[in-house]
Amino acid sequence: MTHSNKDGGHVLHVGTLARVEGEGAMHIAYRDGQVSDVQLRIYEPPRFYEAFLRGRSYTEPPDITARICGICPVAYQTSSCWAIEDACGVTVTDEIRSLRRLLYCGEWIESHALHVYLLHAPDFLGYDGAVDMAADHPAVVERGLRLKKAGNRLMEVVGGRSVHPVNVRVGGFYRFPTAAELRGLRPDLERALDDAAETVRLVAGFEFPDFEQPYEYLALRAEAGYPIEAGSPVTTSGASFAVREFAARIEEVQVPHSHALHARLDGGERGPYAVGPLARYTLNADRLSPVARQAAREAGLGDTCRNPFRSIVVRAVELVEACREALRIVDAWTGDGPASVPVPPRAGEGYGASEAPRGVLFHRYVLDDTGIIRDAQIVPPTSQNQAGIEADLRSMVGAWSDLDEHALQHRCEHAIRNYDPCISCATHFLDLTVERS
Amino acid sequence: MTAARPKLAVWKFASCDGCQLTLLNCEDELIPLAGEVEIAYFPEATRGVVDGPYDVSLVEGSITTPDDLERIQRVREVSRHLVTIGACATAGGIQALRNFADVDEFRSVVYAHPEYVATLDRSTPIAAHVPVDLELRGCPVDRHQLLEVLAAELQGRVPRVPTHSVCVECKRRGNVCVTVAHGTPCLGPVTQAGCGALCPTFSRGCYGCFGPQDTPNTASIATRLGALGMREGEVVRVFRTFNAASDAFLRESERHEEAGR
Repeated sequence: MTHSNKDGGHVLHVGTLARVEGEGAMHIAYRDGQVSDVQLRIYEPPRFYEAFLRGRSYTEPPDITARICGICPVAYQTSSCWAIEDACGVTVTDEIRSLRRLLYCGEWIESHALHVYLLHAPDFLGYDGAVDMAADHPAVVERGLRLKKAGNRLMEVVGGRSVHPVNVRVGGFYRFPTAAELRGLRPDLERALDDAAETVRLVAGFEFPDFEQPYEYLALRAEAGYPIEAGSPVTTSGASFAVREFAARIEEVQVPHSHALHARLDGGERGPYAVGPLARYTLNADRLSPVARQAAREAGLGDTCRNPFRSIVVRAVELVEACREALRIVDAWTGDGPASVPVPPRAGEGYGASEAPRGVLFHRYVLDDTGIIRDAQIVPPTSQNQAGIEADLRSMVGAWSDLDEHALQHRCEHAIRNYDPCISCATHFLDLTVERS
Repeated sequence: MTAARPKLAVWKFASCDGCQLTLLNCEDELIPLAGEVEIAYFPEATRGVVDGPYDVSLVEGSITTPDDLERIQRVREVSRHLVTIGACATAGGIQALRNFADVDEFRSVVYAHPEYVATLDRSTPIAAHVPVDLELRGCPVDRHQLLEVLAAELQGRVPRVPTHSVCVECKRRGNVCVTVAHGTPCLGPVTQAGCGALCPTFSRGCYGCFGPQDTPNTASIATRLGALGMREGEVVRVFRTFNAASDAFLRESERHEEAGR
């Protein structure tokens, strides 16, 4: 709980952060505008995925790692498939890549709509949650739920269900949807594209605090198109490297106050780095489709965005992109070709990466010659963003320490939600306390 | 009358959030539901907290930490009806794979400083610690079953949640049996219905994410898995996924672990 100390210091503490996925808390101690401690405490219980993946079969990570996160299971399924196919030296067909991208568009639509409307918009409009918000803004909440539903239905048609889809396997899918099944999604997706454009207009009108962050951004860059299901890492400092190099470039370090490991890029020499919508947009704005670029311009976004409070605008632009991309894939789909390619096991190491709604998700597996997993490493987006979130809180409390405690605490909670943190993911990975001392 | 609405609370323990997300995935029903019940505690959806006691508590996740051992007792005390949702809360979840291993070794695989991490050596279902009024299976739970449970709670009746096998759902959907027709290993005969036979509908075998049905002949299905070419180690793994700590699957996996030695 938030309180003032007799010596003039203050503590902002939020024991259970609301409207985030998973369990975390915030602890901030400050006095006379000087911040002495900022901790994003992640007490979500650890589940030890990387340990129990050892000894499992190379065919199992898509189903097992999906359970790391109910909101972005497709990210886990996709990154794990790429990594194991890499280890086994297998390349999938263009049709399989297209269907992975389509399923992933469904996850972006579902996850971004959930975050924009149910988790983040209440901060801007002054409500505890979307149900309260619905009493005053019924059309807004209805639109958000309709968008979310469109994403979920897309995932159900391609993947069987939206939470932990069943149709994904190493090498592709168990069954390809027919052209008629995908065309059936068209009316909902067209409506979703309109709703997404309306979402950009809504959130562009929110008030954003003046706040810019200097961090290095890291996102994937694909051969063509906006990065969703695949690509290679690039950063705003000009670095670019192959997915295979991630383990050498990104180091995970443990801090006592968190069950999530903090990630550092290149030894942390350039300070914290950030992944997610702002990074993706800043590094790939040129790759957006004309309709999404137009929406971004109308919302007042330049080619870079460094205000984390405006991440909601970028998410809305990405909703436009995901809906348009889904329509493009649906229209081109024939349903022809094998749903999967054979993946015979072999000894080796494989790497995979994809753009989860919250940012890049890396997987690495070591297999023996019978396909048994000997080592597994998973680097989720929220781990990579933790140091940046704490740095944001530190500068914000310094700049806004004249606000009353409740206003400041709310602002800090809002700042954490800018990142749409997924604590379930990051535990291997949040407690919000602010201390004025 | 707002004051007369029953109070709903949603609690989370060790889990992926997918089962509580299933409640938010009831897009058409969410706002009408919020008119029928007062969403009194649901941190994933709202900052607002209405004090207990609560008429219905939905509990997601398994017990894996010393703090959670105490927290579940407090949740039980403030809950008139406690409903567990999903494989973690009803069977320990995928994280119960630690029950078969040395947790200190697990901790040191993931964390460089294992001493910072407080965890129990076993992941256990909620019913192992407090009385539970109803268990809803699935990894994740099915949206329609979740709504049925909430509707039944509101109407003061017993929810209609079948305990028969996935096979019955395949027959209802008109699916061709993937094992008989294609020799695909399938846990459908020993797995509880509820998903609508999703996996066989997508041409794959059921992997048991709803846990054992009420009369599971796991020994028979294991024999069939062997006949389809699975080795003992693979049979162990098939029973050790999201409901690994449920009685029937646990016993069968142990039998094959012995046989594989």
